[in-house]
Amino acid sequence: MKKIVLEAKNLTKFYNHNKVVDSINLQIEEGEIFGFLGPNGAGKTTTILMALGLTEPSSGEVNIFGYNSTREPLKVKRITSYLPENVGFYEDLTAQENLKYITRLNNIPEKNAEEKIKEVLKIVGLAEEAHKEVGKYSKGMKQRLGMAAVLVKEPKIAILDEPTTGIDPKGVEEILNLIVKMSKEQNITIMLSSHLLYQVQKICTKIGIISKGRIVAQGSIQEIDQNLLKTNQEDSFEVKVNPELSPVVLDSIKKIEGVNKIEKKSSEHSLEEIYIKYFREG
Amino acid sequence: MNGLKVVFWKEMADHLGSRKFIILFAIILAISVSVVYILSQNISEYFSEISKEYMFLNLFTTSAGSLPSFIFFVSFFGPLIGIIFGFDSINSERSRGTMSTVLSQPIYRDALINGKFLASLTTIGIMLISIILIILGLELGVLGIIPNFEEILRMGLFFVASIIYIGFWLSMGILFSIVFRQTTTSALISVMLWIFFAFFILMIASVIADQIVPLNQNSTLEVAAKNDEIKNMILRISPVVLFQEIVIALLNPSARAFGISSLVKLNDLLPTSLSISQSLMVIWPQFVGLIALMLICFAISYIIFMRQEIRAT
Repeated sequence: MKKIVLEAKNLTKFYNHNKVVDSINLQIEEGEIFGFLGPNGAGKTTTILMALGLTEPSSGEVNIFGYNSTREPLKVKRITSYLPENVGFYEDLTAQENLKYITRLNNIPEKNAEEKIKEVLKIVGLAEEAHKEVGKYSKGMKQRLGMAAVLVKEPKIAILDEPTTGIDPKGVEEILNLIVKMSKEQNITIMLSSHLLYQVQKICTKIGIISKGRIVAQGSIQEIDQNLLKTNQEDSFEVKVNPELSPVVLDSIKKIEGVNKIEKKSSEHSLEEIYIKYFREG
Repeated sequence: MNGLKVVFWKEMADHLGSRKFIILFAIILAISVSVVYILSQNISEYFSEISKEYMFLNLFTTSAGSLPSFIFFVSFFGPLIGIIFGFDSINSERSRGTMSTVLSQPIYRDALINGKFLASLTTIGIMLISIILIILGLELGVLGIIPNFEEILRMGLFFVASIIYIGFWLSMGILFSIVFRQTTTSALISVMLWIFFAFFILMIASVIADQIVPLNQNSTLEVAAKNDEIKNMILRISPVVLFQEIVIALLNPSARAFGISSLVKLNDLLPTSLSISQSLMVIWPQFVGLIALMLICFAISYIIFMRQEIRAT
């Protein structure tokens, strides 16, 4: 079994007596790309902020590489990179200067920092624009600079909050490729929150679905799919037919005693279906 | 500690290169230099008002014709400088989305607010001290007035008092920048409070004092003194008043009391100047009060900031 990198135990957060996050249990293993799925306001960002030690949990705890996020936030933040939703930079500074500030805050020696900044700007494809003021950047470029900021501190785990919102399809493609590259080449564990299922399906090795502050499903997409089928399957039969049955046959099956429901199903649940089902129930 | 240092130097670099710093510096420099210059041109006119023992200090406190004195400008513009450096310090980070980026780095949360406060105060200090030095140079060159040791000491204390005074307005600006998400709201509220403490409190103090101890033509001196005492008590809530009293005592060695009592008691005293330690004794309560106001204001902003949610949106 692989090492568990991020673990949340009974993590709960109240805002003015509203349970925003409701005893979440999460486990992310080393090397995974974990997709954290849920609609807006489900508690994704709150969970992430608690994992980083930027918000205190009401109860429960999060550990990253064995460090408690609430009690040892500096140790956690040293090995964890965070890309906030709507990442912002100092607009009157250049990309290079912005990254320099981050390396300084991380206490990375100037000499190494210089090279590291060049390297990450090349990775995200901003080497040409390194000395341009960030105020002149497009949204997609800013997001890529955000990825550079994630990489520059050489983290062991990167938490990306909605990394693809507000970006054009080509930009999204670039960001997703970067994430996969990060995971494979730099061996960084990734937690990625999103409400865009299609993207997550493409790159994530595991997913967790959160709805109204609760984790409603967790595991690989196949596992969740099977679980979903299982719950429907009690006392039910699945028949594979090709081509479709005629309405006459269906009618006669319906008339058999004990049959109360006939459902047509496509061969496999897409993530979309899983998602919608959970949110209808939640 | 590393975090504090990094934030401090980044903020310093931002301030010193910023347009607001250059504009402010130019305005204050122009005003103070012109005050001193006009005064020095017409020095013979005011010669009777200036004590020869403390000629150098008197140039700061005497007003020349229609232009008010240098210390009036500090007590008037000081708050504005503090507010300008403070009112957008936190909420602009928030609205730009840089706050969560910075705080997700391995630094303590207070490094951000402490670094910002110290950097702004240092910038203001640099601004103030260079203006004082420029004026000093002008007086040396144009008038040939050489300050004596005590005058330099008093100028030093004046500098410290001004820093604390502007520090109060700075921490108030920071407080509002934490409480209000909009920079315009925090700027407006800060300016409103400044106007209240600088102008409205004068009216309010005398109205309240007159309500408690009504004065009429037959009032005895005791009643008048009582009225004045109440008025002064209310006035001293205002950092502007506290600062003005401190500066009067520091830069005017003959000042020994404030309010109506200064008129009554002084008649029987020898018109000699006070030594620096005695001047300090006179305004010690005001000094402590001003420091307390600044610290309380900063402490409140610190606590609110530490408890606040860090949300990107």
